[in-house]
Amino acid sequence: MKGPFRFQWSQPRPALAWRVGLAWIILFLCALPLQGEQISSQGDSILERSHRFLTLSDESVRMVLLGTILMGLSCGVMGGLVVTRRLSLFGDTLSHAVLPGVAVGFLWSQSKDSWAILVGATVAGFLGVALISLLRKTSRIRQDSALGLVLSGFYALGICMLTRIQKMEFGNQSGIDKYLFGQVVGLSSSDLWTMAFSCLLILTLTILLYKELLVAGFDSEYARSIGRPVDFLQYLLWLLLAFAVITSLQVVGVVLVSALLVIPAATASLITDKMRAILIWSAMLGCMAGATGAFLSFLGNQLPTGPIIVLVSAVFFLWALFFHPQNGLFFKWLAARNRNQRISLENTLKAVYQELESINFQKETTSVSQLAKRRRIGMPQAHRETDALVARQYATIHPVEDKLAAPPRPTLLSLTPKGWGTACRIVRNHRLWELYLTNEARYAPDHVHDDAEKIEHVLGEETVRRIERILSNPKKDPHGKLIPSQQDIDRGFIA
Amino acid sequence: MNPTDSKPLEIHDLTVAYHRKPVLYGIDLEIAEGTLTGIIGPNGAGKSTLIKAIMGMIPSNGGWIKIFGKPAKKSFARVGYVPQRESVDWDFPVSVLDVVLMGRYGHVGWLRRVGKKDRSIACECLEKVNMLPFADRQIGKLSGGQQQRVFLARALAQESDLYLMDEPLAGVDAVTEKTIIELLRDLKNQGKTLLVVHHDLSTAKEYFDQLILLNMRLVAVGEVEKTFTRDLLQKTYGGRLTIFTEVAGQSAGVKEYDKETDSS
Repeated sequence: MKGPFRFQWSQPRPALAWRVGLAWIILFLCALPLQGEQISSQGDSILERSHRFLTLSDESVRMVLLGTILMGLSCGVMGGLVVTRRLSLFGDTLSHAVLPGVAVGFLWSQSKDSWAILVGATVAGFLGVALISLLRKTSRIRQDSALGLVLSGFYALGICMLTRIQKMEFGNQSGIDKYLFGQVVGLSSSDLWTMAFSCLLILTLTILLYKELLVAGFDSEYARSIGRPVDFLQYLLWLLLAFAVITSLQVVGVVLVSALLVIPAATASLITDKMRAILIWSAMLGCMAGATGAFLSFLGNQLPTGPIIVLVSAVFFLWALFFHPQNGLFFKWLAARNRNQRISLENTLKAVYQELESINFQKETTSVSQLAKRRRIGMPQAHRETDALVARQYATIHPVEDKLAAPPRPTLLSLTPKGWGTACRIVRNHRLWELYLTNEARYAPDHVHDDAEKIEHVLGEETVRRIERILSNPKKDPHGKLIPSQQDIDRGFIA
Repeated sequence: MNPTDSKPLEIHDLTVAYHRKPVLYGIDLEIAEGTLTGIIGPNGAGKSTLIKAIMGMIPSNGGWIKIFGKPAKKSFARVGYVPQRESVDWDFPVSVLDVVLMGRYGHVGWLRRVGKKDRSIACECLEKVNMLPFADRQIGKLSGGQQQRVFLARALAQESDLYLMDEPLAGVDAVTEKTIIELLRDLKNQGKTLLVVHHDLSTAKEYFDQLILLNMRLVAVGEVEKTFTRDLLQKTYGGRLTIFTEVAGQSAGVKEYDKETDSS
């Protein structure tokens, strides 16, 4: 990678990143509003609306932003823990399994009390998880079927219960849609307190038990052998996951919660392969997606917040997939393209050298048509490759001054000192490698050409020097052709 | 209590069943301090099960196990365990150094972070297995032999008195095998006690000074010269136990029991 494409994507310093993250939480906890109102922004221009959003002057804007950020943080951290353990599908199942619990919470408190819902949903989530492990232990059902079974069964039950509740007298605020698809403007301050509580719990326990979670996740048998309660940690993980899922339900809805668990964590694992960094990146990406999604849906007025947040995370994911400096597909493609261009260029130079060699270096020029013949390519491509040589100052072209020749007049080509040097180097690499293979690796002389065709482009100076030493500075290759020497390169011609 | 008073490992009449299939029957065992003992036996003989039962990872159905005179649950700090390579998720985002640092977790305790001293111990242990240059590498990007050496470094970092190793030589190259065996002998010379599950009969005699011959029940235990005999090996690997395994299977209400032990 060269030039403008090389930029550094610096790794976050863990301590700093944590501090920044905590500062954000504290900032927003301080700004915790007490009363929410519907966002009404009919008739505002986009500029006005983005001004209102960015200055946080609106009570409801503050609440929405706080909610989405807290959700991004909780789901990001939990997602990091879950995805690295290959439990993403568990997250999905859990998010559906909590739905009947939400309904029970409604019935219990006879209103939309977020604490009652949290308790009910957690219990339902645990029932779901327990059912999965029970199914696996007592029957021949495999894990994926058990997950699917619990997911759909609990989901169906939850929808039936919520629909029924909607028709009861206290059920007017329940709104089944809220839980299925999320409705961020409906967040109340008690919802936010619940979210803040669960987020704080998740962060605290993840930091305190980082070491234990790491060893249990990597090597549970070993963790047991040093006396760590692996099963307890597993249940704790479910509990925290349930909290993250339940508190996010109102923002993005049952169906999309798992996206927020999986996408930021998957993005983070594209960026780094260290657990600590994955958790930090995942949390930050979750927050950023939450905040950006809230902003965009506010600007768009009618756009649903949950899906927008998920889309923003997906965009982050695609960005990392293509533009990560080391692993990004775009940079890999770019590097492959550069390499192919270089190889093609070097092959053309080699062809020019061989053309000159075939006339014993009597002349310093060769024509494009001869080049095309030697490389077995058409004239248009030969011209393109010649142009590439000229553009990089490896060669110069001059039209033939023979007035008698019919148009199109042949173009003559001569190498610059730079072009001559590179051509010599490639031919030298090729012939040295052939000689090395025949003399040292005992290849037959007619087996070495194809290998040398590839190796000639990748041999480094260091390796070439070593081969020279091993072969004690040879003059001729296995086919009896001269190997151009350093003097030939300096001199500019073969003597 | 004076540690010389009690043996590193004492097992009395240990019986273990896996999913209602009996795997180990009436094992009696005493291991002396400062010995390097190999556990050999055919596939399905219960070698790994024995190790796991000693570690308390699978419940026993009878008998008792004492480690340095105490129940296994109270001796975590003195026992180092090297699991089989297959038991681990190699894609998990941990570096080589992270893994070796896990060897220090038992010393660090809950809720606290590993300190500088632990780091330097971990680095020393990596140095001993020639893996220090790879400290920052993600664990899955190593070869099998390198991964096994990292596991060994983690065990070294534990600074235990008794080591239980489940096939540390499985699937490693010749050079790594030599390195590992030298390390095991070093540990033995430092007075540590090592119990190593081994699968290769051709090297067993050369590597260990004590052998445990196991095939569901204890066939023999003791000095290599006395246990690595044609007769005892025949007893361990040969077909004479067929009736025993059949009956054992039936008694647990299982019709077809582990073909591997029958046919070998």
